[in-house]
Amino acid sequence: MRYEAPGTTKEAAALLEKEKGSVHVLAGGTDLIVRMRLGLVEPDLIVDIKHIPTMQAITASASGTRIGAAVCNARLGENKALKKAWPGVVEAANLIGSDQVQSRSTIAGNLCNASPAADSVPALIAAGAKAIVVSKNKRRTVAVEKIVSGPGQTSLARGEVVEAITLPKRPARSGDAYLRLTPRTEMDIAVVGAGVSLTLERGVVKTARVALGAVAPTAILVPAAARAIIGTKLDDAALDKLAAACSAKCDPITDKRGTIEYRTKVAGVLGKRAAKIAFQRAGGVL
Amino acid sequence: MGHDSTYTNQKFKVVGTRVNRPDGVDKVTGRAKYGADAYAPGQLVGLFLRSPHAHAKIKKIDVSKAEKLDGVKAIITSADLPDLTGDDRDLTDILENCMARGRALYDGHAVAAVAAIDMQTAKKALKLIKISYQKLPHVTDVDQAMEPGAPIIHDFVRDRKTGKPSNVCKISQFGHGDVEAGFAEADVIIEKTFKTEQTHQGYIEPHACLANISSDNTGELWVTTQGHFGFRSTCAELLGMDVAKLKVTSSEIGGGFGGKTHVWIEPIALALSRKANRPVKVVMSRDEVFRASGPTSATSIDVKIGAKKDGTITGATADLRYTNGAFPGFWAMLGSMISFACYDIKHVKSIGYDVIVNRPKVAAYRAPSAPMPAFAIESVMDLIAAELKMKPIELRIKNAAKEGTRASYGPTYGPIGIGPTLDAAKNHPHMRARLKKNQGRGVACGFWFNFGGQTCVDLNIGIDGSVNLIVGTVDVGGSRASLALIAAEELGIPYEQVRANVGDTASLGHNDMTDGSRGTFSSGMATIFAARNAITVLRERAAKTWDIPLESVIWKEGAARATGKGNSNRPPLSLKELAASAPNTGGPIAGHNEVVADNAGVSFASHICDVEVDPETGVTKVIRYTVIQDAGKAVHPDYVEGQLQGGAAQGIGWALNEEYVYGDDGCLQNPGFLDYRIPVCSDLPFIDTQILEIPNPDHPYGIRGVGETSIVPPLAAIGNAVSNAVGVRMNHTPMSPIRILKAIEDSKA
Amino acid sequence: MSGVHVSTTINGDPVEFACPQDETLINSLRDRVGLTGVKEGCGTGDCGACSVTLDGRLVCSCLVLSAEVNGKEIATVEGMVEDGKLHPLQQQFIEHAALQCGICTPGILVAAKVLLERNPNPSEEEIRYALAGNLCRCTGYDKIVRAVQAAGKEMRKKSR
Repeated sequence: MRYEAPGTTKEAAALLEKEKGSVHVLAGGTDLIVRMRLGLVEPDLIVDIKHIPTMQAITASASGTRIGAAVCNARLGENKALKKAWPGVVEAANLIGSDQVQSRSTIAGNLCNASPAADSVPALIAAGAKAIVVSKNKRRTVAVEKIVSGPGQTSLARGEVVEAITLPKRPARSGDAYLRLTPRTEMDIAVVGAGVSLTLERGVVKTARVALGAVAPTAILVPAAARAIIGTKLDDAALDKLAAACSAKCDPITDKRGTIEYRTKVAGVLGKRAAKIAFQRAGGVL
Repeated sequence: MGHDSTYTNQKFKVVGTRVNRPDGVDKVTGRAKYGADAYAPGQLVGLFLRSPHAHAKIKKIDVSKAEKLDGVKAIITSADLPDLTGDDRDLTDILENCMARGRALYDGHAVAAVAAIDMQTAKKALKLIKISYQKLPHVTDVDQAMEPGAPIIHDFVRDRKTGKPSNVCKISQFGHGDVEAGFAEADVIIEKTFKTEQTHQGYIEPHACLANISSDNTGELWVTTQGHFGFRSTCAELLGMDVAKLKVTSSEIGGGFGGKTHVWIEPIALALSRKANRPVKVVMSRDEVFRASGPTSATSIDVKIGAKKDGTITGATADLRYTNGAFPGFWAMLGSMISFACYDIKHVKSIGYDVIVNRPKVAAYRAPSAPMPAFAIESVMDLIAAELKMKPIELRIKNAAKEGTRASYGPTYGPIGIGPTLDAAKNHPHMRARLKKNQGRGVACGFWFNFGGQTCVDLNIGIDGSVNLIVGTVDVGGSRASLALIAAEELGIPYEQVRANVGDTASLGHNDMTDGSRGTFSSGMATIFAARNAITVLRERAAKTWDIPLESVIWKEGAARATGKGNSNRPPLSLKELAASAPNTGGPIAGHNEVVADNAGVSFASHICDVEVDPETGVTKVIRYTVIQDAGKAVHPDYVEGQLQGGAAQGIGWALNEEYVYGDDGCLQNPGFLDYRIPVCSDLPFIDTQILEIPNPDHPYGIRGVGETSIVPPLAAIGNAVSNAVGVRMNHTPMSPIRILKAIEDSKA
Repeated sequence: MSGVHVSTTINGDPVEFACPQDETLINSLRDRVGLTGVKEGCGTGDCGACSVTLDGRLVCSCLVLSAEVNGKEIATVEGMVEDGKLHPLQQQFIEHAALQCGICTPGILVAAKVLLERNPNPSEEEIRYALAGNLCRCTGYDKIVRAVQAAGKEMRKKSR
């Protein structure tokens, strides 16, 4: 195995493209190194992106916030402006693993690891986040929900690397939230995850996005759940409709972590609860 | 046994104080050496190849390519391990468990091992070993394994009645009276079936050892173990060595809980070292620890209890089915002994079925076999109480065993603590604390036998009067501090003047394992006798110095004192002075003792638990927990509390989230700390403890074992609390969110 | 496989070693540098026994490649004693009997030190969540949390 730590995104993309064998991008390594140690992957080349300044930066601009692909999740929690604008995204990122894991793991890595149960992904989808994907000759911007194509699989082509995740500018009276269900309070993988982002106008939900994790091969956007609450003050009837829409969209499996029945039911419960938190964060009164 | 029968009136000076442990500084600075921390010049890395199948015939093992790899120094398969076990079936099973012989009996069963110059080479070598398997039908569930037509795992195990091959390797029955007559007297009878999934001890330190056998067939083994003497005899027998020629040193042990009372990698590490003629270090990965070492039994248990309107239990039965893993054991036998030990029941019967399945060989886990029947029986006790509209704790108090009660497993109890712990629970402020919505409280009791066993101790007085205590029981949780306290108490000197060490197998006679909560009980007893032995020598030296008869010398407060006529003016001779003059009075001063420490004193506990259950998700949070246990004399209260808290935490994990999950292929799906969910810090509240000191009349200081009982009640305490919180009776552990929500939904339907 | 040369600072001392490119930091620390206070409980980042700090941040050394630490600063439990004196956390862990077997203790001490340096007066809940990445199987965490509280108190007194 060869370890490389390029200083620019271009160099990283060039390395990725050139390598003929098995190649992996190393951000925090909290998934990759585990898989290496368990013998599940045997990379010929590892490209460490943490030495690339643009990938290590959190930058705010008129159009929103750009989070470099190598920014560890602990830094998201330490960034007050980000936490204020996107508390749901930050709490999702901060739920990933222990403090030890927080020091290393990244949302871009969480996304590209392509686990259906990734915590940050439903929150990012709800937030309307986009990924900036760079290859040797090209740079494209893709909605995060388009990155993951199946369990452990992404739509990234060989030679492509995610350089950053961007979050749109936040209108006033907006809020987001992410909740997950785990048997333990910490150090666990979501059995179900639910992210909700919404914006209010005169106390009424004007726009909303609802996304679920661990209930389908990939994290999913649930437009019907969003429709259920748009135009409402999040009354019980709207919430029940949201819950039903969440459960209806579930296409889970029964595995060691949960059953189809459990995931389907709890997706609705968490969707409801996350919506309430997002609503209150947006200034709504329940 | 020559001890002071007035021990109950003893006033202790240092025993019972909370001193700092002797190994504390080493353990907070990273200097303490555990199993994986040893190094020997020229050491090789040893790795195992393990079966990916639950049950398979091993048709061929081809190691030729691996052998040719540069840096590979030895490869071991069963062909390299002649069966020297003779007629000892248990030992044959150990040999076969350490390395499969012709068949792989569970996912993770070792089939080959390699020693190579480094990790990379060893890993490469494992990949070059080619094994052809023929998959065989498998069974992992206890009830399925008992069904007619189930895949048979060992042909030598036969049904007692029919003589046909069976997976039931042992049927045990305990009890007394006529249970049918008992049930006939009952006004209310409750009958229910329970299941508990398999759990693992979950020690944080994986099995690890450094083996070193020379070409003259003498050797050394550095190993993390609960009993280095036992490891020595097992390894020596399997490898055809004299026990005296194998020196085993126990490292600091990073948790055992019973799982380090059995050999797994050690005989193979020694065999690799012998073949390679180099030291070999083997450290299990966490995946291997889960797949191939440890676990306790999964069980399926039917309980029937009948009671009169006033709460008197008239009859009780339990049928207990325990997985033993791939080899015969006696785990259901233990379970059937323990079942009704807390209660005074006229007609009682329990039957245990030990069942072989394609899972790793079951090992002891803290109060082995006890938490499962406690879950079943203590749950039914609550159901009876509800039926009779009695408070659950009153029903327990009414039926609690007491001094003179004939235990369901045979013996008649001496002074015991079940009644006092229940009374203490009833009067505990925890019982009166108010509960909020979705919260519930549960109470449950537990029992453990405790063991004594073979023990020996050396106590050497240094030339400066400091005392070196050498014990042979491995210190798993602070026993060196307790034993040094006991030595200091007996000698009348400060604790700081005593240093307790665990000796290797070359420095002491045989000691049984640190299991059965015997460490402080048995080595404590031997320490007392060794100290008294040394005191006699000290008195002799003083008598010689003063030229007076031995009878005129007493030992008090750390010094020899002359008594009797004409002797009162002699200044006392301190331990220090006697040690300094030893070269002129007869040489080194020491005391020693070898004993079979009998009557460890049975142990009882009552636990109180509050939980909050989220009725929409089934998530359960333990919000308050109280452990009340009879500990006998608490030598070092901090470490007694630690045992009570640690056992409760393990029980809470077992109750709520820990389980082995097997796929349809019979392979373990969660061999790691991510999906085998032991409690993390944020899962638990502070665990309050109340120690009752009901002295054990068979120990000079009244000491009982304390380490295990605390894991017994939590499953039931939580089950009862969940039931009181959300109104559903759980009959299957772990009570995961998924199972609880399903129970809630089912109860609505 | 060609190795990698790593030049780093460990517990304040300059340290150099060579290792395979895919070696993880825990193995280098234990087997090449001799810091066996760093314990391996799982090798997958789930137990925290191998916790160290990397440029001041708490990490599991089993989830870091040694090649990554070139030019960085590492601190382990072996570096906690200052001027021959135990760190207040180390002292309080002994006084409170906050360890039984002690295998998780080095990792917990490193994690607790990071916590108290960032948050000198953490609540019980904050302590419990900050230590959630460090498994202890012996103690039920009770005495660990109390020892961290006591050490925090002692450190606050000292800094006043």
